Amino acid sequence: MAFPRFRPVADHAVLVEFSDAISDAAHGAVLRLDRAIAAQPFDGFVEAVPAYVNILVRFDPLVTDHDVVEAALRHMQTDGTAPVAQGAMHEVLVCYDADFAQDLAEVARLTDMTPEAVIAAHLAGEYRVYLYGFAPGYAYLAGVPEPLRLPRKPVARRGVAAGSVIVAGPQCIVTTLTMPTGWWVLGRSPTRILTGESARPFLFDVGDRVRFRRISREEFGHADG
Amino acid sequence: MRFGVPGSGPMDRLSFAIANAALGNPDGAPGIEVSVGGLELECLAGPVTVAVAGGGFIVTLDGVRSVSWVVLTVQQGQRLRIGPGHWGSWTYLCFAGGLQAREWLGSVATHALSGSGGGMLLPGQVLSVAEPHEVPERPIACPAIARPRALLHVVPGPQDRFFDGVAMAALLAEPFALSDAYDRMGVRLRGPLLTPVARLDMPSEPVARGSVQVAGDGVATVLLADHQTTGGYPKIATVLADDLDGFAQLRPREIVRFVAVTPVQAVALARQRAGARAQVLAGARRTDRALPPGM
Repeated sequence: MAFPRFRPVADHAVLVEFSDAISDAAHGAVLRLDRAIAAQPFDGFVEAVPAYVNILVRFDPLVTDHDVVEAALRHMQTDGTAPVAQGAMHEVLVCYDADFAQDLAEVARLTDMTPEAVIAAHLAGEYRVYLYGFAPGYAYLAGVPEPLRLPRKPVARRGVAAGSVIVAGPQCIVTTLTMPTGWWVLGRSPTRILTGESARPFLFDVGDRVRFRRISREEFGHADG
Repeated sequence: MRFGVPGSGPMDRLSFAIANAALGNPDGAPGIEVSVGGLELECLAGPVTVAVAGGGFIVTLDGVRSVSWVVLTVQQGQRLRIGPGHWGSWTYLCFAGGLQAREWLGSVATHALSGSGGGMLLPGQVLSVAEPHEVPERPIACPAIARPRALLHVVPGPQDRFFDGVAMAALLAEPFALSDAYDRMGVRLRGPLLTPVARLDMPSEPVARGSVQVAGDGVATVLLADHQTTGGYPKIATVLADDLDGFAQLRPREIVRFVAVTPVQAVALARQRAGARAQVLAGARRTDRALPPGM
């Protein structure tokens, strides 16, 4: 089946897929469709939720249906190849001390690196904000260097603390809640993604860039205070 | 959901809407969701008219038992107590004139995990009604469509391709029980394992309320009001929105079955049921019923 694929979701949404794997081209297509819908929403449009390679388009089933929405979205498809504008750069602090990094040793074992090499590899990445998801303020950053990419665990670890820096595949997240996760916990950050400011409640915009800077436990204490 | 914030709001949207309708409140006026943990409120200044709807909870005013679904006026100094009864997991306490509540992102709904929005209530907290007024006391009819729902209509997908025919057949043929792992995010089911046959390497993607998500171990979870907005585990099927209210009223160990419908049938069912809902809400707004004697 050729891309884009339109997959029906229950009685109220269509999932539009541009690829099976994360790529700048697929995410660009997602952002272009997202903007096209925002510029000219179809009758019965409720919300669009963009992600890495696909976008969930929610609709009111009392007004429209899957086929009509699919036709409207196909009509919006442009051949646009305009590059996505460069986003702002943010620095995020991270402490890799052992009690913050429950999975560092296991990641080192699975990637055949020393823990210090794992940390260096994580710091070397330049990350981009691809989407928010999962829970409030969970910004999905893509850009984990190749040697560090591991599939997520088959079963989640419960009670992973807010502020944890977690990775899976090419993705990295600074968590905002204490929650279960199947991702690998590499460290903890005192940088607040949920800013608490009503004018700008979320630190990043989709498309922004992020670099991590290593801090000591002592600096973590100060920054977190 | 664009910034990772789910819709949240009531687990049983129909019962919540009935409680507001019975008071003549606008749709979605702030109210309180009460779990089987129960709630006790003392009226510090009154009178305050309230409505309770959802589940079969035990409602008492100064120790005198009322029917479960009811409009009551509480006088200053009286204590209203709501506790679990024969059935249901959630009930709704709404106030004539609406509750004053904190807004976040343009809503007073509470995201339970983060405490964002209106917020979870704490012992000793004082609540205020925005525009208090009295409404005639009366019982509220509990319509059949607000009863627990054990047959859930699903549209297969959007990641049914991660599963073989055996798993899909098991989902649609076998009974599943709700487990104790049940909160506002979702409920894990006990039943046959629906082990994915494809590698779990899909990029995290948006998920909808009602998703039947399957982890690598084959255990299915139905995602509910405070669900994660994206996830990387495949969704074998998605439950229709209207079935989720009654589903949320089931309790752990109760049984559900899934039946597949096409997207066209799903939309037709949604439209048919929207009509039934509108009738129920119109009925709840009528004030010409009386409480039985002794109330």
